[in-house]
Amino acid sequence: MKQKRRVRVMVAKPGLDGHDRGARIIARAYRDAGFEVVYTGLHQTPEEIVEAAIQEDVDMIGMSSLAGAHRYLFPAVVQLLRDRGADDIVVCGGGIIPEDDIAKLKAAGVQEVFTPGTPLDEIVRWVEENVSPR
Amino acid sequence: MASVAEKVVAGDIRTVARLIRDIDDGMPEVREVLKELYPHTGKAYVIGITGSPGVGKSTLVDQMVAHIRKRGKTVGVLAVDPTSPFSGGAILGDRVRMQRHSMDQGVFIRSMATRGHFGGLTQSTRSAIDVLDAMGKDYILVETVGVGQDEVDVVKSAHTTVIVVIPGMGDDIQAIKAGILEVGDIFLINKADREGSDKTMSDLRLMIEMDQKKYNEGGWKPPILKVEAVFDKGVDEFLEAVDRHAAYLANTEDGLHFRANRVKVRQELGEMIKARLIEEVLDRLTDSGEFDAAVTSIVEGKVDPYTACEDLVLPILSG
Repeated sequence: MKQKRRVRVMVAKPGLDGHDRGARIIARAYRDAGFEVVYTGLHQTPEEIVEAAIQEDVDMIGMSSLAGAHRYLFPAVVQLLRDRGADDIVVCGGGIIPEDDIAKLKAAGVQEVFTPGTPLDEIVRWVEENVSPR
Repeated sequence: MASVAEKVVAGDIRTVARLIRDIDDGMPEVREVLKELYPHTGKAYVIGITGSPGVGKSTLVDQMVAHIRKRGKTVGVLAVDPTSPFSGGAILGDRVRMQRHSMDQGVFIRSMATRGHFGGLTQSTRSAIDVLDAMGKDYILVETVGVGQDEVDVVKSAHTTVIVVIPGMGDDIQAIKAGILEVGDIFLINKADREGSDKTMSDLRLMIEMDQKKYNEGGWKPPILKVEAVFDKGVDEFLEAVDRHAAYLANTEDGLHFRANRVKVRQELGEMIKARLIEEVLDRLTDSGEFDAAVTSIVEGKVDPYTACEDLVLPILSG
């Protein structure tokens, strides 16, 4: 039977913070929405995330950061994707992110930022509306 | 402009990644690319790693990659995880344990979902093996989805099939009764520091020794090795056993040369015909609306599914 193209999403935890409960919950929500979710685990560098995303041919990278390093880590991933000619991969972020930083991240090319308390349905819907399988 | 196949052979990562995606999504145009790639395949050594969920397959694969890289050889990894039968989605988490290799240009790791295919290996995985082979990887490690008892498709595509068990699963032999025991070229008892590993070893040995006649006639006798993958203990010895198996295959008539092995070719071609026929027939019935019409008739009680199936299939077969 004709396969439907599936959305492939990478869920990654960049940097030093060691809490991935939220990331795993998001991964599960994506799975339940019918996406194929590549989970990379904790303590990833932006370089590792981008390399893995390219090998896995994902449509989107969702990153979570709770330790305050998002201002460096998220834009670094966006930049590395550009360097590799892979900036058609959508980049999203989530975690403990101060309101003031969101505009800066978006200006740096992060397409959407989800803060704590965002309903899972809303995050899934955003992906469905903004990310299509390539 | 280089063709897709040429870029794959040249080792272009993005092209390879995209091609495997297209294979997975069943894009018809990949067939031509695979045809073009086929003459470039047959050089890689394919190792299948199978066993129940939780026995440590990913950790083992991670260590194998490290050891193979130390030998100066390149590696491709295909890690298969299950698709949810309800949502069609999947969480592909085997990469977590292999991330230390992600920056190594000699390693290509790809996660794949089963997409509802049983047997631990999909046709897509087989084609993906060919792609990694054509891109020039020396070794291809296929980590199957954690399988139960007789889902052992991986043997049809691997030179060496490795069965991973851990001590103390049921009455030890329970988890590996029929199918799996017969297809293993190497048995690994992982987490061998746990209680019961000697018992598992003697149980396995007992079962394997029962094929003594085969070994007396020069058949391969599967070694049973203890490893502790997470501590990198026993992995070197394990890879030496793989080398011995490769040497054994090289000495048997057409062992190492998969393409010339009638049994394998027969199986693989059979599988391919099945997949292709099902795909074509279902596509045709779906496009014409006959499939949905039949579903409606069955639901409304106007026809039984046996008759509906015949009504759909027979005209195609005779046509």
